Amino acid sequence: MSQAAVEVKNLSVSFPGHGKSVIEAVKNVSFKLTPGKALGIVGESGSGKSVTARALLGLAGGQVTADVLNILGTDARKLPDAQWRELRGGKVAMILQDALNSLDPLRPIHREIADALPLARKARKHAAVEALRRVEMPNPTVRADQRSPQLSGGMRQRALIAQAMIGNPAVVVADEATTALDTRLTRLVLDQLHELTTQGIALAIISHDLAQIAQVADEIIVMRHGEIVEAGLTDQILERPSHDYTKQLLAAVPAGVPRFVPLAREVSQGATPQAGLPRSEASRKATDELAVEVTGLSKTFGDHVAVDDVSLSIGKGATLGLVGESGSGKTTTARMILGLTAPDTGTVHIFGEQFTPAKEIERRALRDRIGAIYQDPLASFDPRYSVSQILINALSQGTTSRARQYRKRAEELLETVELDSSVLSRYPRELSGGQRQRLAIARALAPEPDILILDEPVSALDVSVQATVLDLLDRIQLETATSYLFITHDLAVVEHMSDTIAVMTNGQLVETGIAEQILNHPRHTYTQELMAAAPTWGINRAS
Amino acid sequence: MTRTGKFLAGVFVALIAVAALFPSLLAPGSPLAVHPAEAFESPSLRHPFGTDESGRDIYTRVVHGTADSLTIGLAATGLGMGIAVVLGIITAFAPRWIDSVILRGLEVLYAIPTLLMALIIIAFTGPGTTPAIIAVGLSTAPGYARLIRTHLRTLVNSEMFDAATVLGHSTWRKVRNHLVPNTLTTLLALVTLGIGQAVIWASALSFLGLGTPPPAPEWGAMLASGRTYLHFAWWMTVFPGLAIVTVAAGATLLGRSVTRRST
Amino acid sequence: MHIITWLARRVGAAAILLWLVATVIFIAIRFIPGDPAEAIMGGPGSQASAEALEAAREQYHLNEPILVQYGLYLGKLATGDLGTSYAQHRPVAQVMAEMLPATLQLTLIALVIAWLIAFVMAAIAARSSRIGQAMGTIIEVIAAAIPHFWLGAMLIIIFSTWLGWLPAVDTGTVQGIILPAVTLAIPLSGFLAQLMRDSLLTAMNSPFALAARARGASEGQVFFRHGFRHAALPALNLTGWAVAASISGAVVVEEVFARPGLGRSLLGAVLSRDMPMVTGIALFSALIYMVVMLVVETIEAFINPAAARGDDQ
Repeated sequence: MSQAAVEVKNLSVSFPGHGKSVIEAVKNVSFKLTPGKALGIVGESGSGKSVTARALLGLAGGQVTADVLNILGTDARKLPDAQWRELRGGKVAMILQDALNSLDPLRPIHREIADALPLARKARKHAAVEALRRVEMPNPTVRADQRSPQLSGGMRQRALIAQAMIGNPAVVVADEATTALDTRLTRLVLDQLHELTTQGIALAIISHDLAQIAQVADEIIVMRHGEIVEAGLTDQILERPSHDYTKQLLAAVPAGVPRFVPLAREVSQGATPQAGLPRSEASRKATDELAVEVTGLSKTFGDHVAVDDVSLSIGKGATLGLVGESGSGKTTTARMILGLTAPDTGTVHIFGEQFTPAKEIERRALRDRIGAIYQDPLASFDPRYSVSQILINALSQGTTSRARQYRKRAEELLETVELDSSVLSRYPRELSGGQRQRLAIARALAPEPDILILDEPVSALDVSVQATVLDLLDRIQLETATSYLFITHDLAVVEHMSDTIAVMTNGQLVETGIAEQILNHPRHTYTQELMAAAPTWGINRAS
Repeated sequence: MTRTGKFLAGVFVALIAVAALFPSLLAPGSPLAVHPAEAFESPSLRHPFGTDESGRDIYTRVVHGTADSLTIGLAATGLGMGIAVVLGIITAFAPRWIDSVILRGLEVLYAIPTLLMALIIIAFTGPGTTPAIIAVGLSTAPGYARLIRTHLRTLVNSEMFDAATVLGHSTWRKVRNHLVPNTLTTLLALVTLGIGQAVIWASALSFLGLGTPPPAPEWGAMLASGRTYLHFAWWMTVFPGLAIVTVAAGATLLGRSVTRRST
Repeated sequence: MHIITWLARRVGAAAILLWLVATVIFIAIRFIPGDPAEAIMGGPGSQASAEALEAAREQYHLNEPILVQYGLYLGKLATGDLGTSYAQHRPVAQVMAEMLPATLQLTLIALVIAWLIAFVMAAIAARSSRIGQAMGTIIEVIAAAIPHFWLGAMLIIIFSTWLGWLPAVDTGTVQGIILPAVTLAIPLSGFLAQLMRDSLLTAMNSPFALAARARGASEGQVFFRHGFRHAALPALNLTGWAVAASISGAVVVEEVFARPGLGRSLLGAVLSRDMPMVTGIALFSALIYMVVMLVVETIEAFINPAAARGDDQ
């Protein structure tokens, strides 16, 4: 084993909090990065993983202390900024999350990639084009002159990797480099990161997604509340986790878990009574009756065909998973089913009654039967309303937001979504992401709908929170035989949640069928590609 | 806002309110009382802001002028905002072609600088307090209308509205539950910000001799009469102007804190 | 979209806008109470004879049907003829041509000063502590709240009456333009600085600034490569408004400093109800606004081509 490129012992980072308090974002974290090896740092939001990553470039901000902070032979504990700058870019590089905002939209990407190189102007641009070529950017000479808004998400991510690689760094820190990317793109970026280690680079890959990290990392450390709870070889962490939190994280990953089997395994005490109950297909009240029937929906915006002749149906008490990458037309389809966007052609029927095309006044009688939940619930709540006002407003058909007679029903709704009634007086912005999504579900349940349209309902949530929300949706479906249209880009989630699956790309439905068949025997080439790119458990590293 | 900020804002509003409603509490004398023997006195204990060419006490005049200047500012903002709200609502809810026609029209008006527009209006109406109010109100309306339209459009297309639609709430209920309350805060912020600007514009008109005529204790008019004696009676110009700056800056700071709290 | 088509459409839209402004003003003038002929003869106080009034009506085509008058008016406008001033009995275009250079000089110098002050204020405030930020906000707000006429008077008192450094009345010299230009610039710089500081702060805290630091850029480099552009963009966007605001301000500033110019001519025209003059200046300022907007949009199209075309892929 070669010598460590980076050695960190007892690293702590703290920030000034309110008044005189101090927030300890990272507490006594120790690890090593070795050339040619990848270290995965896993944690949910607030775990301190990003601050740890930034500390390796002297960009953590706040108060940084460590017993050892050795970067490529330099003691970086009290390094002046000028010397940090010599390390950054050239020797230690970072690939940031959020590719959309990590490239200055006002500058051509070749400048963003190469502006740190000590070369003449022309040579810098040439180097940038070469770097883009190495990350397999299509048409690198043309793309180099464009700005980030003109590139697709995948191209932006490639440009970011090119930017990190151009100085031939010895250490690369990838901070959530695959977050918010579509399945195929994630695969590609992970492959490229793996490629780096084969070139002898010491890699740190930071993510909230254990499944993705497991594809690349040789070793994994699991972080929570700023501390390392478990560290070890990847296989060992995946197969024989010792810490409860790690077990919980592993259980929360929906890939390969059969329908209705709970994901949130409460390892510690304080379990909610429903969570541990075994459930099965058998207890379901699904029938052959059709809840939603969509025929020939199309929508064109300007000269862009957003949705092209989409037909699908959802049975009563069943879930249709609608899978597709961003821009595939999933959300437009959902909006047309909900009667929020008028289709150019096509019809929507709900329990045999025509829902679209129809006037909003005619539609209103059916509105009670169909509800919706969005990816960002916060935007769907009136910021002036407290939780109780939101629920009472929904329960009273919008006639009031204060009447006492609805209060009991509001509390029941909160109970259904496993929220404490103490949140009634609070505002959505004060709730956590998971609580907000539960509140959104509670509100959608207020008119006792038979159908829920769920548009990426768990995409913005941490894995463990996602697990509890998915379990909740399962429970509601079992108890009330509600039909779901579950829209997501995440194959693992769709696999766990769906009876039937529809695959969408470029506005068209390319394949529809029983979940198991689509997942295991996809017929359309696009579906096959998609399935091949999905992370698979147990197979570590591309080798 | 911090606690000190809130306290200062409270004191500011209270002081302005007292000066506007009960000026005699702060300055018992008459703003029009003439004492030729005491003309052009520099600031002293007896006349903290000095006296003008007729021996009138500037301090008394500044305090009593609050009502006039604020009324003009309020009335002008009210007029401008009223027109803007109507136009904003029409543009936000009407069919597309009406929206684009009005939008074009607003752009036309927006292309003419505010004071120029006010002057053009005064060219039609002739000078005076009411014309000044109308002029300032009309010339600030296009700017407000554009802001209100954008705000309403954003609300109508928001997920909050979609969520209410999906729940089956009628348009009227959506307007009552979400649109009106969320717009009122924005309007309040706009009005607060607007009053400061309106006071400046209206006093500019008075200063140019097109608004309230002297000897009324309106701040702009006081500045206009002080101008002649600028070189030896600086106090005649300094203090009414300070009053304008205080009100305008205070209104802006208040308006900004309202905006920040509503978002 | 091709740049030429884009430009052609913009110019076309500006022309339509200008025609609308002209029409609005024409209609408005018809609603003016009182006899325009009287205004031509020097206002109601001049006691002009009936014959003289009739002659004036004939000369200014006031007896023609309204549509004919409108046609004549538009036809003249198209050839750049703005009519004859009621008060000065000279072509409006000629009067304006005489006054324009002085006003242009004043507003341009003021704009440059305002930009400089705003930029320095924003840069200082953006890089200082929380207290520094708050102080910056207060200074900006106060600057934006100072009326030109009072600021001008204050500067005259301090620099002319007390210190005797600069002339109070414009003398046509370099010293003469300093006070008027600064008077015009300070309130404007307050508005611009608020705007620039906001976008500067956003840019300096954005992921792309972090990315720049991560590849070894110093704070100064981050500032000039990223922060500066992002601060300049919204301020640039407001240039049309800023030009309009400085024309508004020029009316007052020219009056305070007894400086000849378009603003003072307008004031005089308003006081004497010289409608052709008022119309001419209003149209001209609308034209300036549109030309400035066109230039700004073209510059923006170069800084940020994607935004100009309205695509995001």
